[in-house]
Amino acid sequence: MGLLSDPNRRKALTGLLTRLNTPICGMPVEWLVKAMQSRGLEVFTQSFSRKLPFPDENKERYMVRGTNVYGILRAPRAPRTEALVITAPCSPGNTNNQAVALLLALAQYFRNQIYWAKDIIFLVNEHDLIGTQAWLEGYHHTNITGMEYSPLQGRAGSIQAALSLELSSDVITSLDLVLEGLNGQLPNLDLANLFYAFCQKLGVLCTIQGKLQRNDWDTAEGYTHAAQTMMLMVLKQACGRSWGDHGLFLRYHIEAASVRGINSFRHYKTDATTIGRLLEGMVRKLNNLLERLHQSYFFYLLPSLSRFVSIGYYMPAFGLLAVILLLRALDLWVHLGAPALAAVDGVTEPSSPGVLTVLTPVVISHLTGVALYLLPVHLQEMAVEHFPVSETEAVVLTAIAIYTAGLALPHNTQRLLSGEGTEQGWKVLKLTALLYLAVLLGCTALINFSLGFILAVTLVPITASITPHMPKALYAVVMVLLSPAFTILYCVFIYQELIEAPVSVSEGWMLFLSVISQGILDHALYGSLVYPLLALFIYPCWLMFWNILFWN
Amino acid sequence: MAAHRCGLSLVCILIFSSLAHPSSCDTLEKANDNTAEKRSISEVNTDGSVAGEALNERQWQSTDAEVDRSDSTTHSEALTPAAARDEFQEELVIRPLHSGDIYASFQFRTLWDTDFLQEGQKVSHYRLFPKSLGQVLSKFSVRELHISFTQGFWRTMQWGQPFIPSPPGAELWVWFHDTVSDVDGNWKELTNVLSGIFCASLNFIDLTNTVQPSASFKPLGLGNATDHRFLRYATLPREIVCTENLTPWKKLLPCGSKAGLAVLMKSEKLFHSSFHSQAVHIRPICQDEQCSSKAWELRQTLNVVFDLHTSGQGKKEWSLFKMFSRTLTEACPLASSSKVYVDITDNPEGELFELSPATPLLGQAVVLGDRRTYSVYDLSRAETFGQLRSFNLLLRWKGDSGDMLRPLLHAERYVAGFGLQTGEIHTVIYNNHPYRAFPVLLMDSVPWYLQLYIHTLTVTSKSRDNKPSYIHYQPAKDRHRPHLLEMLIQLPPHSMTEVTVQFERALLKWTEYTPDPNHDLTSIVPVKEESSYFVRVYTEPLLVNLPTPDFSMPYNVICLTCTVVAVGYGSFYNLLTRTFQVDEPSPPLSKRLANLIRRMRGVPLLT
Repeated sequence: MGLLSDPNRRKALTGLLTRLNTPICGMPVEWLVKAMQSRGLEVFTQSFSRKLPFPDENKERYMVRGTNVYGILRAPRAPRTEALVITAPCSPGNTNNQAVALLLALAQYFRNQIYWAKDIIFLVNEHDLIGTQAWLEGYHHTNITGMEYSPLQGRAGSIQAALSLELSSDVITSLDLVLEGLNGQLPNLDLANLFYAFCQKLGVLCTIQGKLQRNDWDTAEGYTHAAQTMMLMVLKQACGRSWGDHGLFLRYHIEAASVRGINSFRHYKTDATTIGRLLEGMVRKLNNLLERLHQSYFFYLLPSLSRFVSIGYYMPAFGLLAVILLLRALDLWVHLGAPALAAVDGVTEPSSPGVLTVLTPVVISHLTGVALYLLPVHLQEMAVEHFPVSETEAVVLTAIAIYTAGLALPHNTQRLLSGEGTEQGWKVLKLTALLYLAVLLGCTALINFSLGFILAVTLVPITASITPHMPKALYAVVMVLLSPAFTILYCVFIYQELIEAPVSVSEGWMLFLSVISQGILDHALYGSLVYPLLALFIYPCWLMFWNILFWN
Repeated sequence: MAAHRCGLSLVCILIFSSLAHPSSCDTLEKANDNTAEKRSISEVNTDGSVAGEALNERQWQSTDAEVDRSDSTTHSEALTPAAARDEFQEELVIRPLHSGDIYASFQFRTLWDTDFLQEGQKVSHYRLFPKSLGQVLSKFSVRELHISFTQGFWRTMQWGQPFIPSPPGAELWVWFHDTVSDVDGNWKELTNVLSGIFCASLNFIDLTNTVQPSASFKPLGLGNATDHRFLRYATLPREIVCTENLTPWKKLLPCGSKAGLAVLMKSEKLFHSSFHSQAVHIRPICQDEQCSSKAWELRQTLNVVFDLHTSGQGKKEWSLFKMFSRTLTEACPLASSSKVYVDITDNPEGELFELSPATPLLGQAVVLGDRRTYSVYDLSRAETFGQLRSFNLLLRWKGDSGDMLRPLLHAERYVAGFGLQTGEIHTVIYNNHPYRAFPVLLMDSVPWYLQLYIHTLTVTSKSRDNKPSYIHYQPAKDRHRPHLLEMLIQLPPHSMTEVTVQFERALLKWTEYTPDPNHDLTSIVPVKEESSYFVRVYTEPLLVNLPTPDFSMPYNVICLTCTVVAVGYGSFYNLLTRTFQVDEPSPPLSKRLANLIRRMRGVPLLT
């Protein structure tokens, strides 16, 4: 591994770094094309444009127009069948310039080597995730999200793995590995192991969730530390967004991770050369793969980089929660069977409630869900006209308004059609709702365990125990406090607490609003499924239980 | 300049001689179908002297050799018996590429005026022609044989068109003689024998990857029988080419790697390159201009592209020593002609690169539609080697390497979509000519485990539907034969034509997966483009992910379930279904006798 060991190359890299440190407006497309061409790559560009459904206030963008530049290093030993991707987002300002410089230095070094068996694509993407999304859709000739992009001119076969680089300074204290991808997908655990092995080898501090690993596993502090790291991972995975450029690759069955350089106040610093050697090692290992990464786990939780919790350990926890719902449903089923005997004794009760009794609340709840899903984005113009708010605020506030209105709307709706609610009526409704929730949570946990687990923890106890005969006011408060929206709010506070940046209530509220707008944006831009899941299924299901509480 | 002109007149002669030559006309027979329109254009462009007959590189080289032969035969006739004359020519063409890389193409040509396939004549005396191949040809009644082994992929965008295109991996296509009754049997045996000769895994060629193209491959040699029942074509994209394939290939040469151009073939250098392709082409040609009798031509070619960047030095400089770590000291003594050509078309005044030693000899030829100029070094002359008795060609770049080329025709291919169920194969063919349309014959062979939906086949150019004028589609049979699709498409000028077809991935039986199943399975298409000068373009092979089970899991599951079934369920079942009875003592003899009688009578038995 001779990368940058000779003084000439190091000098060249330093030159690049200083060059890039000068402020540049936007992405220097032409310069990048020339730089890549002079390093002997086949260079192509892709332009894309995307109009966001409403302005993104966090990143201050609405009409996005950009260009991706990518250079392909053709492997001498293979016929363009497989490729590896190294990507560095190039954002306006100079927050990620060091990564682009390192990318170019790696390209130059890699180009002079003969051992490549897979083509290597060096991608510099503009507007971070939107650029990556445009490039991936162009590469695979799909269009999932209505992005406008120019077709790609050069390809390199099926992509086997991808690494995303984010460095904001030329020296770093530690490297952070980011694994959580879109919809909670994770790359193969071997990729994380590879990173960890090379960090150990080169003596680079490595973290996950920004937390260093502790050696004292048996002590209470060590245990708490690991538990906190894992909880952070659960929260990040549950929110279903892509936490780095790598997250979008996972949809295409490409193992990918982001490597993020962190520069804190520690004394021990690592320079770009070491990071280059680390990446060189990782890419060479991936280059030598004969098969896709498949030997190890795809479903795991990491309490630290060197330990993992496999699906076999965490799934039973969820299973125990879900079985409550099923047992409760079984109980109701038995109870519903019993009145047939009571009817013989002459109790005047209709033998079975009409279909309408159950169907009406189900349909109305779901219509509310559809409204929650569709209206915020579509009504933003009207809202902006009538209220003194920005588009983003309009969308978020409309969503909250519809959510709240839903609480008032559906209860007792069945009376409009079938008169007084009967004892059997709510039991049938609850049976339906319990089974529905069990199926929903089960499916969610299979795809995104963390999301399923968090929802199960908050929803299962109250939904399993709810009946119309409870003290209404008290239980109404409890139910609202355990509704999906409040779950999001708690998650925001817990997350801030875990990353050691606690917030006040008002700041938390603002964060909560931005989380909602991000969720809606992630759905529109990248096809994240958390928002539609919550709006179209979980919330209506919760409304059905709300309906039971206010039966008769 | 005088030399330049001299070279030009030489070309005219060459080409006229080639026109008179039936075998080369035969070769171009198919190309002639659509030369008519092109002819007028090329006449305008090249002041009529080329007579509009476009020749590809190898034709030119062969005609050049033809002339050489005419003056060499005078003394070779005296040496060899007239009954079966044979001769051997070697040449090396070096073309500096725009990207700063360098392309070296060796060609070794053995001609033998004999006919293996004649009835009642057994050929047993071999001189220059390799005996191993000769025996194979006569045993399996092979009329033409083309085999190539390639590592890497030809980068048309950077390097332009190759002299002889070849797909990555191994490619084999054979025309059998029309007397063969069991073509498939012969093909099977032939591939096994060839796999032994070339140390390659050609024995993996079977019916599932063999096709019989109806229009894409015509015989290149004598004879125009085109019944495609006698044609077999197969590619092995996964074949890895290595030194062990090169050594047997070198052994087929008359001088081995002891003398002549073949001394340059050091495998550590040849495989330290970005493209390596070695091929053997055997075809029958005419012995003389009247074509009264047949001769056999064996062409062994080796194409290699050396990469500027991986060569390790910053200087843009190439020499024979730097490329091959050898220099030339002599020609092969058995060769009737031994020459080195350097393409200097883009460098008439020496502004791009400098060549040393300089040579007064220049040659010209029309290669793939444009006229190229070559510096010629004749190794059979002593003065080529100079004072040091060694010939080391040196090529020093002056200018900067150019941008990417825009080749007239190029093609790419990819799989669109994601997920493991369906997908879409896209083949994109670019025609960059500003005003000419090209007819293109596209051949696509897809393994059976990709189930093509042929009703989704679309051909669009310039966002309009482009109806192919000829379609031949042979659907696959599971586990027996692949899909074969051939189409004749007209490419409009300056356009991009996209051919798409959807497919579904088949579920394989668990024994049918390859040893590395998570490495995807491959399919390849040769796209063949046809114009007045007949270019063949191969696209990249595709890797398609098939739904693959976790192979360690079934093993665990099988072990576990077998144990559970055997131990747990088995004993439970045994306990539950067994009826426990008190073993009664056997009944006395009288009772058994009575029962026997009762059974015969059909009366209920005594208990």
